Amino acid sequence: MAQVTLVEAARLAALQEMRRDPTVWVLGEDVARGGLFGQYRGFLDEFGADRIVSTPISESMIMGGGLGAALVGTRPIIEMRIFDFVMCAMDELVNQVAKVRYMFGGQAKPAVVVRMPHGIWRNSAAQHSQTLESWFTHIPGVIVAVPATPADTAGLLVSAIRSDDPVLFFDPKNLFPLTGEVPAVIDPIPFGKARLARAGKDLTIVTWSAIVPQVEEAGAMLAERGIEAEILDLRTLWPWDEEAVAASLHRTGRLLVAHEAVTVGGFGGEVVARMVERLGPAAIKAVARVGQPRVPVPFAPPLEDALKPDTAKIVAAAEALMRR
Amino acid sequence: MTNTGGDNRARLITLYGTMCRIRAFEETALAAHKAGEIPGPLHVSIGQEAVAAGVCGNLRRDDRITSNHRGHGHALAKGAGVSGMMEELFGRAGGHCRGKGGSMHIADFSVGMLGANGVVAGGIPIAVGAAQGIKLLGADSIVACFFGDGAINRGPFLEGLNWAVLYRLPVLFVCEDNGVAAFTATASVTAGPGVAARAQSLGVPCTSVDGNDAAAVDEAAARLVAEIRGGSGPRLLHATTYRITGHTSSDPAAWRDPAAVAAAKEAEPIGRLRARLLAEGVPAAMLDGIQGEARAEMTHAREDALSAPWPDPAIAWEDVQDCGAVEAH
Ligand SMILES: Cc1ncc(C[n+]2csc(CCOP(=O)(O)OP(=O)(O)O)c2C)c(N)n1
Repeated sequence: MAQVTLVEAARLAALQEMRRDPTVWVLGEDVARGGLFGQYRGFLDEFGADRIVSTPISESMIMGGGLGAALVGTRPIIEMRIFDFVMCAMDELVNQVAKVRYMFGGQAKPAVVVRMPHGIWRNSAAQHSQTLESWFTHIPGVIVAVPATPADTAGLLVSAIRSDDPVLFFDPKNLFPLTGEVPAVIDPIPFGKARLARAGKDLTIVTWSAIVPQVEEAGAMLAERGIEAEILDLRTLWPWDEEAVAASLHRTGRLLVAHEAVTVGGFGGEVVARMVERLGPAAIKAVARVGQPRVPVPFAPPLEDALKPDTAKIVAAAEALMRR
Repeated sequence: MTNTGGDNRARLITLYGTMCRIRAFEETALAAHKAGEIPGPLHVSIGQEAVAAGVCGNLRRDDRITSNHRGHGHALAKGAGVSGMMEELFGRAGGHCRGKGGSMHIADFSVGMLGANGVVAGGIPIAVGAAQGIKLLGADSIVACFFGDGAINRGPFLEGLNWAVLYRLPVLFVCEDNGVAAFTATASVTAGPGVAARAQSLGVPCTSVDGNDAAAVDEAAARLVAEIRGGSGPRLLHATTYRITGHTSSDPAAWRDPAAVAAAKEAEPIGRLRARLLAEGVPAAMLDGIQGEARAEMTHAREDALSAPWPDPAIAWEDVQDCGAVEAH
């Protein structure tokens, strides 16, 4: 086991898979020089310019080209540089990647991984900070991965590369420096299995991606105040671990969903709705959501901080939930 | 490549046969649509058959094509199975896409037909990427990418050509220029001199051809395909043609200038090639036979499709994804 950063864990996972399978390759802007975050550092020397392809700023081509290359039997990793630019490739993602398998009656195998570093990061303002993962859970045909630890990032990326389904992989860019253990041989982590980040009996906190460390910190603070939160990091939003959440909520009766994304229309609403459907309203004593207000992400640090969900807001929401 | 004598004649007769099959397929489909046998819209390419036949006749089975919303001809010319196509139009279980795609999403991967596309220019990035994948795998097949003149005003056209040049990819771009984009004269919404100039400005050599002259399309395509297979990088074939019918099966095309339509019918590619073959001494009975066979084949396909089973509703839940698929309730 090596102690590495999250971005290095992602690099190691891609490296392992590209060594294993010569049909795996990467395309995206500036990837041959190592990628914007160093997630492909050293790949050019090892794999050459045909397998780590620095592309023009042509998001439609990056996405649609990756799909075309998958349709002839390769396994592209489509790097979007920063999540927000995927909006320039929405037709290729939503109408093409997500549709070809179904629309063609199973003939197509769109085995692509779309990597989209997302979230609030270094005061990058409204067009470089979004967390819109809930949109993509609404689209049949894709897997939505939202890891938050180095080990999960590595294991889920291995699964993503080996998957015949298209996987939308949301790299949590604010967590890139986070360190953790990653095994020498990275095994795939199955989609749809939550990670139990903390066990507790008083309330269930469901979370994912960028905000997970703050939720874990909040869990520790709550424990000091006598509240035992159970924390489930979903790791993937489609499929998602309904079973684990239902089992936990069945015991605690209180549900808090915390995500960095805007609360309105966020995937937290789906989590709550499913739990009400499954367990019935009587089984749930109280529900709350923590996320961004429905405001674009601002630039200035005090403005960004005011809107960003953080440990204090999570603790406050959990305490309020316990009083209900 | 100039063909001479009997070889050339056999080639032209093959082209004639392909065009007759496309025409017969689409006329049969239109009749079936009118009779209420085919749900949804149909975009037929009546009058444009020479482009599909001339290009695909120069492709190998392991070459790929991508198509647009008007793709029956491309698919048939590439060798897609007729019963699978007709059943797909009818929404039947035996369709190439199991009844999930319909006319606008015909695909037959077994012959390298990677799909029609309901989004204008949507097939361009896919074609270029397929070529990149083929190159990465070290194969020598190529990709032909069919799109209409309307597609050249969308970004993926620029992105795709630029990209294909940068990576020297084996792509034949085929602009089927019928002068209209749905109901709008393309020239009225297109700046500059058009597709050829745009392609050339990006370093994609462009060959313009009378797209209603099947022999001319065939000859141009043969040369371009050979160049591309030889490693030239992308080429663009600009084929001017005319769409005799309306935009969709529900458009009677009454908005068109009747004189232009009449002139177009005179210049349509099947009649033209027939006249040439007759002049070269091919017996009329032989050409009539080819046409009759095509019509019989398609009539038969229609009858079969009409009595073919509908898909079991349970299959609506299939082919979504391996992991995270939803169960039928
Ligand atoms: C991106 C997109 N915009 C609009 C449409 C609606 N539409 C379908 S076909 C068509 C015209 C396309 O023109 P062209 O490619 O020249 O083909 P034609 O129909 O004239 O044969 C339009 C606007 C579409 N399918 N996709």
